[in-house]
Amino acid sequence: MEWIQQLVNGISLGSIYALIALGYTMVYGIIKLINFAHGDVFMVGAFIGFYAITGWGLSFFPALIVSMVACAIFGIIIERIAYKRLRNATRIAALITAIGVSLLIEYVFIYFRGAGLETYPSVLPTKTFDVFGAQITSKSLIILGTSVGLMLILQFIVHKTKTGKAMRAVSHDIDAARLMGINVDRTISATFAIGSALAGAAGVIFGAYYTKIEPLMGVIPGLKAFVAAVLGGIGIIPGAMIGGLILGVVETIVSALGFSLWRDAAAFIILILILIFKPSGILGKNTKEKV
Amino acid sequence: MKKTKTFWVFLILSALIYGVIQFLMTGGWIDSLYSNMIILMAINIMLAVSLHLVIGITGQFSIGHAGFLAVGAYVSAIATMKFQLPFPIAILAGGIVAALAGLLVGIPTLRLRGDYLAIATLGFAEIIRIFFLNIDYVGGAAGMQVTHLTTWTSTFICLFITILVIVNFTNSRHGRAAIAIRENEIAADAMGINTTYYKVAAFALGSLFAGVAGALQAHNFYIINPTNFGFLKSFDILIYVVLGGLGSLSGSVIAASFLTIISTYLQDYPETRMIIYSLVLVIVMLYRPKGLMGTKEITDLFKRKGGNSND
Amino acid sequence: MTKNEPLLQMKNVGISFGGLKAVSAIDVELNQGELIGLIGPNGAGKTTTFNMLTGVYAPTEGEILFDGKSLKGLQPFQVTRRGISRTFQNIRLFEELSVLDNVKVAYHSLAKHSMLSSILRLPSHYKGEKEMEEKSIEFLKIFQLDRYMNEKAKNLPYGQQRRLEIARALAAGPKLLLLDEPAAGMNPQETHELMELIAFIRKKFQLTILLIEHDMPLVMGICERIYVLDHGQLIAEGTPEVIRNHPKVIEAYLGEEVAE
Repeated sequence: MEWIQQLVNGISLGSIYALIALGYTMVYGIIKLINFAHGDVFMVGAFIGFYAITGWGLSFFPALIVSMVACAIFGIIIERIAYKRLRNATRIAALITAIGVSLLIEYVFIYFRGAGLETYPSVLPTKTFDVFGAQITSKSLIILGTSVGLMLILQFIVHKTKTGKAMRAVSHDIDAARLMGINVDRTISATFAIGSALAGAAGVIFGAYYTKIEPLMGVIPGLKAFVAAVLGGIGIIPGAMIGGLILGVVETIVSALGFSLWRDAAAFIILILILIFKPSGILGKNTKEKV
Repeated sequence: MKKTKTFWVFLILSALIYGVIQFLMTGGWIDSLYSNMIILMAINIMLAVSLHLVIGITGQFSIGHAGFLAVGAYVSAIATMKFQLPFPIAILAGGIVAALAGLLVGIPTLRLRGDYLAIATLGFAEIIRIFFLNIDYVGGAAGMQVTHLTTWTSTFICLFITILVIVNFTNSRHGRAAIAIRENEIAADAMGINTTYYKVAAFALGSLFAGVAGALQAHNFYIINPTNFGFLKSFDILIYVVLGGLGSLSGSVIAASFLTIISTYLQDYPETRMIIYSLVLVIVMLYRPKGLMGTKEITDLFKRKGGNSND
Repeated sequence: MTKNEPLLQMKNVGISFGGLKAVSAIDVELNQGELIGLIGPNGAGKTTTFNMLTGVYAPTEGEILFDGKSLKGLQPFQVTRRGISRTFQNIRLFEELSVLDNVKVAYHSLAKHSMLSSILRLPSHYKGEKEMEEKSIEFLKIFQLDRYMNEKAKNLPYGQQRRLEIARALAAGPKLLLLDEPAAGMNPQETHELMELIAFIRKKFQLTILLIEHDMPLVMGICERIYVLDHGQLIAEGTPEVIRNHPKVIEAYLGEEVAE
């Protein structure tokens, strides 16, 4: 069936959005910052994966790990250099800085490397399965499996480890967490590290699946992943997963119905609708400012 | 109409600037590179002060200003190219439709707080850009050819009116209301100010002048294209306001002028330009968030101690 | 409104936030000219009550009548225009605006010149602005704040900032003034000056005042009647003598102290 095909495509795309969205939502949850540069971590991850595969001859999973580690470090560096000073600044100041960091990463990369694209070599097995008349590739299955696996690992970290507990405490009340003896700086760095690692993974997955990567590839998916995070409820981890999947499926449907030119607009229209009708997102709760 | 000293100084200075540049241009003393740069500078100043009204005065973080620039550009281009209307009418049309777009965007989004508002305006600007990208009537991705109708005179007149309107708005109870909203929206509400009305009004006014700037831009560069009006353009305008100082009109003017010059010299090195811009933005936000002028104006430097700030 | 009807009536007012009842069954009556206190331990719901009175929150139960008319559905700025003005627990001045401008803002809704007249600098703009300027300066003189006229509000010493906030609230011309912990952070000398200020403005502007405070000498000293809130409900009401000896009030406050 055609629609199963589209559904699989949608979920594959959605899982990539979800992986990126998780980084946005975790960082926003913990320091109320929209990390505009997150989409660029995704891009950097894709390129690191590319160089790992073509330069060092690694296969998919090792390259994935390398990219995740590198991106985690990259995320921590960005946080330390650019965002740490702004912890007590207005949210707008932090957002503007994040925009600046994002553009800086993109254009420094282009300056040294050029704006051209690279093509991922074929690293995933290309078998095709026939499921109810739809052609599902092993590529899709591996992508889905990897994404789900990573999300499960994340859930484990957040709910079953000390770091995860600290992350949840700091998101709830940063001052109380500090008073409880939690090392807030380290927890925030850990959050950035984990979020960036997931974005890096998304980058490698994207490269392996769609093959084409270029320096500005993080801009639109980054924005869309943010929309996904808001859709699911910003700051709520399952929300990012749900939001990502919904967005991926909606986009694929829009495309399949023949409106592919409006595909990108779909994400923004969803954003506007959510912000107007339910800004706290699908899983979110309303909170009012204290007067 | 009563006139004060500051007003006369402003008027004479403006006449001088206009006259000198007009003379230099018609006399061929300035070549086309500088001519273009000066007109571009005026357009960028208009964009900067119109965004200053929204962000600097009223405190509403819009990072989708390029969307209204696009509306003004395309509407005015349609007016001249498809309907053969005279240029002044096209400029007016561009401004008015952009203002309406501002209302349309502002009314639902201005109830959102800070960073959410910013992202919403970004989203709207993208929707506008994608909209024009998909309309064949205006050329779609290939863009639309537009006759060169912009002159230094028309640009200057629009710039003069823009600054005058915004200054007059600011130095009145309405400007005070807007600033009160910026400073403390809850208190402004409690003091009897209809905050929604003023936020929307400032937003619409800012969009109007962005639209006028769009009309001038469209008729200056022979062709308009949706890629001219993407997020990078909104970012450009944002940096004028941030660098100049959030709350300073003269700061926005200075920053816009200065950065236009840099941009012109770096036009063959777009990556370098972007690196410098983003680096400037990050450094300003980290080390001098007040920007160049903070909330002060150039006229503050010339005031007597204890003088009145309202002219 | 007849002369004998209370200026403010809160009938069985309450509000729930997402299932949690923050405040309930509030019955308050204020007569014209009274100076009433609202006290209670921290978190009792006093500021929440103020917020309901000023339209920041919409009560989920009961109704509020001011000057005989319901306040239901009104936005904060509309409530202010009806005649209720307030100060805030954490001072909310317009920091970058001058002291004079802070007061001018309070006159905003009383001025008539339109946006268009200001943009075009029509005579009505100059007339309106002049009037606002004169009224505001006069007002500052009443509070002896005119010497700070052109200073940015944020540069004022703390005590003067509180004074300015009160002055600003009064410039809006209210019939009912809500003061939210005006003595917070003040030493006994400053508190005494505040008490005099409150007595002064009450007489001069013929105000009705509702006051939230933790400073007991202040409350007992100037309030005619006191309402006591605890855990979102009224536990006592009466004159200072009654309240001072009220068992429930003592329990509410002492209970809090013992827990420390």
